[in-house]
Amino acid sequence: MTTYHPNRTRLLNMMTYISMGLVFLSSLMVFAYARPEALQGNAQKIFYIHLGTFFGSFVLFSVAVVGGIQFLRTRNNKWDILGLATIEVGLGFALVNIVTGSIWARPIWNTWWTWDPRLLTVTIMWLTYAAYMMLRSGIEDPERRRRFAAVYSILAFSSVILTVVIIRIRPDTIHPVAGGPSVTSPDASGDFNMSPRVVQTLMFSIFTYIVVSITVAWHRIRLENRAQYIQSRKVELLLNA
Amino acid sequence: MTTPYWRVVAALAWKDLRAEIRGREMVTSMMLFAAISVMIFSFALELDDAAQQESVGGILWVTIAYAGTLGLGRSLAAEKDKGSLDALLAAPVARSALFYGKMIGNLIFTVAVGFLMVFLCTVLFNVNLFVPTLWLVILLGCLGFATTGTLVASMSVHARAREMLLPILLLPVLLPVIISATRASIAIVTELKVEDWLPWIQLLGFVDFVFLLMAFFLFDYIVEE
Repeated sequence: MTTYHPNRTRLLNMMTYISMGLVFLSSLMVFAYARPEALQGNAQKIFYIHLGTFFGSFVLFSVAVVGGIQFLRTRNNKWDILGLATIEVGLGFALVNIVTGSIWARPIWNTWWTWDPRLLTVTIMWLTYAAYMMLRSGIEDPERRRRFAAVYSILAFSSVILTVVIIRIRPDTIHPVAGGPSVTSPDASGDFNMSPRVVQTLMFSIFTYIVVSITVAWHRIRLENRAQYIQSRKVELLLNA
Repeated sequence: MTTPYWRVVAALAWKDLRAEIRGREMVTSMMLFAAISVMIFSFALELDDAAQQESVGGILWVTIAYAGTLGLGRSLAAEKDKGSLDALLAAPVARSALFYGKMIGNLIFTVAVGFLMVFLCTVLFNVNLFVPTLWLVILLGCLGFATTGTLVASMSVHARAREMLLPILLLPVLLPVIISATRASIAIVTELKVEDWLPWIQLLGFVDFVFLLMAFFLFDYIVEE
């Protein structure tokens, strides 16, 4: 069984409690500190979670690329576990991002979903990482699975880059640019007249969800370590029986 | 004495081409599939003249992508099932040369389908696709497709349900190529100004370059055994 340094476990526990506190604080800020936006009213408040979870998934997918490159270089199993954990948790965060966006769009765009370039690329991003999970489950040889997963996680990052840059190369998007919550003009001209309170709340939410995403991914890594340990113990017992 | 890099590439591409000329199983099925899907599109969409001109670029690239995926799966599966992939890997040549050889073979077949589509769409949709700039887009788009496709197919060929896994793995990664190629094609077919399609061609070229470079580094890790 993998043993962890007690300091690391302490740090993880601390981050878990900090995450809970941050989520509570940021919710307080969203509902009590930031004032409702003039045009969108309370519907705009979901933006704080929407943008926060996107940054969470963005950080995790970026870490997954580092994990992929490091795995190919060192062939250390821990990098593969890092890639698996970050992508799995990142999928969850990206899903929250897409769903909250859809909830926001209902009152503001008067539709749950529209085939806007930004919405299309973020969906493709989600599907690419879902395909990563399919690739993992489709290949039986564990050594080959880790190798291919690392290669695919590097390839898949192109969809993240595309999602980030699409609003710059496709001017016909109606998705607000730079996530400015007060940008409601359909041409998405991206004016930045957010009040200081809104900006502070937004920054705090982004920070919160980045911390939360890293903490959850860390727990997922430990879970995977334990699962692999149990698997190897099973094999051992079967061989000795 | 080692074989020069380009000769390995050429020999492998020539091998695929010769096998195809003798057997004619891949290109025939790809072309038949392309023709059938053009028919299905024309029935399903029931396009009027204006709509035809606007959607022909989309139909072109959807068909190339699907027909190409069909061919890719076959190209790599044949190599693995006959054991010739192991023999190639045992050869004392650069692995990336093997990749580019296979890629050029796939590129030729995909481009063949692309030009069949040019002919079919011109006749069936009454839209003139005999435009050299559009041919450049087809070449660049097929290059991006063959590069990513060969890379991903050489992974999916080892999976359990490889025929199902290949499109799932390939199409999302391919999106930057498809988007820019489709936008460029539509802009060219609807006879927009140069400023409207040139950025898309530049983007397409850039994406191709990035994928070619990535494939150069990543292919070694896929085939090492």
